[in-house]
Amino acid sequence: MDKTQNIKKIVLPGIETMNKITTNPEHFVLSVQDLSAWYGTAQVLKNISFNIQRHQVTAIIGPSGCGKSTLIRCFNRMNDFMPVFRTTGSILLEGQDLYSSNIDPVEVRLKIGMVFQKQNPFPKSIYENVVYGPRVLGIKNKKKLDQVVEDSLKRAALWDEVNHKLKSNALSLSGGQQQRLCIARALANEPEVLLLDEPCSALDPIATAKIEELIQELKRNYTIVIVTHNMQQAARVSDYTAYLLLGSLIEFGETKAVFTTPSRKETEDYITGRFG
Amino acid sequence: MCFYVFISMIDPNRKKIRARQEFLIKVLLLFCGMVSVLTTLGIVGVLVFETITFFTRVPIFDFLTDTQWTPLFTNKHFGILPLFTATLLTSVIAMLVAIPLGLLIAIFLSEYVSSDVRRVLKPILEILAGVPTIVYGYFALLFVTPILQKFIPGMNGFNSLSPGIVMGIMILPLISSLSEDAMYAVPQSLRDAAFALGSSRLQVAFKVVVPAAFSGITASFILAVSRAVGETMLMAIAAGQMPNLTLNPLVPIETMTTYIVQVSLGDTPYGTLEYQTIFAVGTVLFLSTLVLNIIGGKLRAHYREMYV
Repeated sequence: MDKTQNIKKIVLPGIETMNKITTNPEHFVLSVQDLSAWYGTAQVLKNISFNIQRHQVTAIIGPSGCGKSTLIRCFNRMNDFMPVFRTTGSILLEGQDLYSSNIDPVEVRLKIGMVFQKQNPFPKSIYENVVYGPRVLGIKNKKKLDQVVEDSLKRAALWDEVNHKLKSNALSLSGGQQQRLCIARALANEPEVLLLDEPCSALDPIATAKIEELIQELKRNYTIVIVTHNMQQAARVSDYTAYLLLGSLIEFGETKAVFTTPSRKETEDYITGRFG
Repeated sequence: MCFYVFISMIDPNRKKIRARQEFLIKVLLLFCGMVSVLTTLGIVGVLVFETITFFTRVPIFDFLTDTQWTPLFTNKHFGILPLFTATLLTSVIAMLVAIPLGLLIAIFLSEYVSSDVRRVLKPILEILAGVPTIVYGYFALLFVTPILQKFIPGMNGFNSLSPGIVMGIMILPLISSLSEDAMYAVPQSLRDAAFALGSSRLQVAFKVVVPAAFSGITASFILAVSRAVGETMLMAIAAGQMPNLTLNPLVPIETMTTYIVQVSLGDTPYGTLEYQTIFAVGTVLFLSTLVLNIIGGKLRAHYREMYV
């Protein structure tokens, strides 16, 4: 871990070589290299490069429309469904380019789980929601599935609240519980990375606090990338912060440093609330 | 302008005129609503009245259990079973064609093609529903039956297989179009969730979209069956007019609707027993579709899934 603590802030977008040299690739799970993305002719991501550390929480912040959701959806290729979307550059998952032509996006999504802005449990039972992923993978053994349900719900800190009603409809849960169910559902696939796309934006403060607490628990076993428009949240939960503005990575570094001594004027303006 | 509005608001005459207008509109709308209600009541009334008269002359037990239907012969039998099974048989054949095809078309349109392609394909498919049923009748009799006869030697020129298949094609747009509407209404967030969990397109369609749209899909099935049960011209032309208690799809039969046409077009005098048979058959037909609609309603309520 010592070496990863030494990571230097990228001062200018596009100078991806800096953090490649100064940090040990052993600790990277995801490495974004010169990534650009377009919707049709509109460029939404501009030459972004940074690395995501194993078992750490990386927050992506920035004003609306800065491309943070597009960026996080690049990690599990959820943008593929838009016919006009295209990228250049690469995202390496443990050295393998997720956008190389021999990679099956379905496989990518098995390794990189995602939780969305609005809680979206399937209109099925709590149990069926959690076993959805394993079922897709072809696991039929009832005992094994039961075990997956218990493990995943425990990891998502939901087991104690729902273990007596696994067969009831997931939509009968509260919003915060539904979001934790979505986290449990993603964990059931045993992903390496968990992507959270503004997971608390539809939740009240108490439910938000629970999710944030859960994120701290989860980072022991998973690498977490969280998009948030709530800067306090980024400051509270993340170890690294990436600040995006108009599709460019303005600043990336340790959260503490980014929030206390930002190196760029734009970052300072944003985090002090002068704009955004 | 402002001044004018102010005047009109405090003018008591205007209030009176408005109240009268509202009252007239209300009466007019009530009248329009009553037209359909009264028509339904009238139909049910006539059906019930004539059917009761029929059953004073023919025991209801014979009607339900006799295996022969020969009201127009000298040796009269009044067993509804041959007509009922004929309708059942053709409807089942039609649904065997229409449900799998319709569902797959709906999945294709909703999950596999871009919205541009859907906007073109869907109306084209719906044209099928606009073809007059008599055209389908001759299509079955003169085109489909001869082809089938090449593969199935010994098949009668009038049979239930050919019009059953053609009826399946006829009700296809009903199923595909309504099911597609239901699937299209499934929130994108559920598809996102399924894709993010590593599903293929096929898995998303069958494990998430179809279950979530189940109530709408069921409704389309029920509507299609009702349509199949009530279909007349196609059956009258291509299925024959021979009441035949059989589940063999290769021989002539006579559906309930065909019988009603046959008697209505003939010179059966008003008030005779033969005349009343068509009301008894009509009642059975009416009850069949009613039961189907009730089952459909129950299924929908049972499987209705709510979205946040």
